[in-house]
Amino acid sequence: MNDMTALGSKSLYAKRQPVYPKAVDGRFRRLKWFVMAVTLTIYYVTPWLRWDRGPWAPNQAVLVDLAHRRFYFGPIEIWPHEFYYVAGLLIMAGIGLFMVTSVVGRAWCGYACPQTVWTDVFQHIERFIDGDRNAQIRLAGAPWSVGKAARRALKYAAFLAVSVATGGAWVFYFADAPALARDVFSGNASYVAYATVAVLTATTFVLGGFMREQVCIYMCPWPRIQTAMLDEKSLIVTYKDWRGEPRGRGRREATLADVASALGDCIDCNQCVAVCPTGTDIRNGPQIGCITCALCIDACDAVMKKIGRPRGLIDYATLDDCQAEASGAAPRPLLRTFTHPRTIAYLAIWASVGLGMLFALGDRTRLTISAQHQRNPAWVQLSDGHVRNNYTVNLRNMQARPRAMEVSLSGLPGAVIWTEDGGRETAQTTLRTSAPADALKKLPIYIAAPGAGPEQQDFTITVRSVDRETDSTAAVFERPRP
Amino acid sequence: MADKRKIDQPTGTETVGHEWDGIEELNTPLPRWWVWTFYATVAWGLAYTVAFPAWPLVSRATAGVTGWTSHRQLERDLAADKARRAPIIKAIGATPIDQLSANPQLMQAAVEGGRAAFRVNCVQCHGSGATGSKGYPNLNDDDWLWGGDLKTIEFTITHGVRNPNHDETRMSQMPAFGRDGLLKPNEVDDVVAYVRAVSHQQGADTAAQRGSALFAANCAACHGADAKGNRQFGAPNLTDAIWLYGGDRASIRATINNAHYGVMPRWGEKLDPATIKMLTAYVYSLGGGERAPVQNAAK
Repeated sequence: MNDMTALGSKSLYAKRQPVYPKAVDGRFRRLKWFVMAVTLTIYYVTPWLRWDRGPWAPNQAVLVDLAHRRFYFGPIEIWPHEFYYVAGLLIMAGIGLFMVTSVVGRAWCGYACPQTVWTDVFQHIERFIDGDRNAQIRLAGAPWSVGKAARRALKYAAFLAVSVATGGAWVFYFADAPALARDVFSGNASYVAYATVAVLTATTFVLGGFMREQVCIYMCPWPRIQTAMLDEKSLIVTYKDWRGEPRGRGRREATLADVASALGDCIDCNQCVAVCPTGTDIRNGPQIGCITCALCIDACDAVMKKIGRPRGLIDYATLDDCQAEASGAAPRPLLRTFTHPRTIAYLAIWASVGLGMLFALGDRTRLTISAQHQRNPAWVQLSDGHVRNNYTVNLRNMQARPRAMEVSLSGLPGAVIWTEDGGRETAQTTLRTSAPADALKKLPIYIAAPGAGPEQQDFTITVRSVDRETDSTAAVFERPRP
Repeated sequence: MADKRKIDQPTGTETVGHEWDGIEELNTPLPRWWVWTFYATVAWGLAYTVAFPAWPLVSRATAGVTGWTSHRQLERDLAADKARRAPIIKAIGATPIDQLSANPQLMQAAVEGGRAAFRVNCVQCHGSGATGSKGYPNLNDDDWLWGGDLKTIEFTITHGVRNPNHDETRMSQMPAFGRDGLLKPNEVDDVVAYVRAVSHQQGADTAAQRGSALFAANCAACHGADAKGNRQFGAPNLTDAIWLYGGDRASIRATINNAHYGVMPRWGEKLDPATIKMLTAYVYSLGGGERAPVQNAAK
């Protein structure tokens, strides 16, 4: 049991109470295995998936290319100025978390959170090397010996191996995975890659190997937010005290009807506490240490089966359900927990953000132009009486192939346009150019127009690619004061 | 308060004795690792002040055992930057100026280096945007006194204009026609009328016609029979829209009366050849650069 509920502690600081969770089997443990397999597979396999984008773009399906400031996600490529898509994804993740909480409580904490998954991995390793709960407690209390030292060394080596594999997998999201793997193993990868692996190895080792439930209780903001989000309609792991109390030890022998009626179903076997990965006693009611992993349900169900009582003394239930059940009302259909207004409101917000982003994604243009007027000088008098203005035009070709394009002017009569490549003798009313694949082309251009005209004249610069994507930008042409 | 410990009933936790509107603060102990983390940050902070300049004393702060200073850091950074640029500067220095534009990357580096050198050495006369001012040529336009191709610009920067005691300097001197009595005041007025006529600022009236003959006799030797100038002498084209000393009647009259003698330092004695090449590339890149040497604007 953790110290959150310790009675009358005099010290300002509490030592961590070690947790030795017992192995358990049951439907939720099997669900946990399944979720662990899925999440770890996603984590380890994703960077190795390929996606053909042609010869001018990387072929990694999911790639956060920080060096070149590009995000690739399957067919979607995000430029830095489109980072709001990532912000939208984060908003969706946040609201999605609210939505999940509203429907199934702290399911994220109990099954999918990396802290939970890796803690689970480390606890399995611990049980594999040190034995189950009782063996672990014995070993912790035993004096130091060669055998204990060897077990500890073996355990920490295994922890370290898992940590390295965790930190090592992370970097593959940020570079071409096969090439980086070769570099990492041959010692040719960049300092940043090794530093990232080292930092993530350290955090995995410390947070998964030692801090564990301390992360959930003291470091993570999410359980605190959850406390505010859960209500009597939220699905949580609940001990049905109306059924369990008063607890009676040795209940299996007491089969007499009068004893049975006096005592509740809980035989105080403490199995629910023994299997808990955070050391929580769920019988004390909902609390911050409970990540709703439901392993106590598995443990209790097994005990109930042995003593011939119905399962579900500890179960997923809303506080409303518990109250109804206690007063003998019919249980609410499970579907009802999924359809209360708060859930639907979250779903609506979540879906509208998603649909908005999908729409923006479908509607976005992959060619843009912007023009910067060079201000020093704003204009140059040419010898033939024309006036020249200089601009830097940015042509952003966001397609993963080079494109030919044409820059033209409108609203500036008699204007011609040329670049540094040719002198003014090469000037034309339009400018043919091209932009490399998936790149921003900075193109300094000169525009000359007759000297007679307004001091400041608005006009438009338009770019049009061969595949007929087009974009325009407003610009100003300046002339000397007459 | 200390002897009357209150226990909160639902949680069984001691309270600290603070109460607001019936809400009491539980005395939940901090986890011990949290305290150790706090001590570690304090130790780190103290170690930091030992390692780096930190504690203020009377005249200066403690130096710190690592000896780090921001000045030394700057020196190191500047030295590293100089070392990083050295190969590019060397390559620019080794490339003949007329072949520089064949290598776009090198040319780009030269333009950027020239931009920096220009700000240090040239803006005093030519202005920060190289637009010049009265008597100081605008380097952005397409009108060149001595020529606007890379080789010619490099020569002009290296040897300067009308530099005393230097044989290779650009040299020419316009006579002060009015002051020295070479032309009478009414003749000067006629030449002014002619110059304004060939630059399309006024019609070809009788004064201009009289000036035409005077121009042919006195000015055409340098400015050309068609008044389009001669770059051999730095004689400006008088027919275009660009005027170094002003194109209005009074300015032209003052120029013919007193002449001008614009000078520019010879940068070859102050700057190394690579910097001059970079300056050349920058001036060339401002928009008026000529691809090939043009002997004379008149064709």
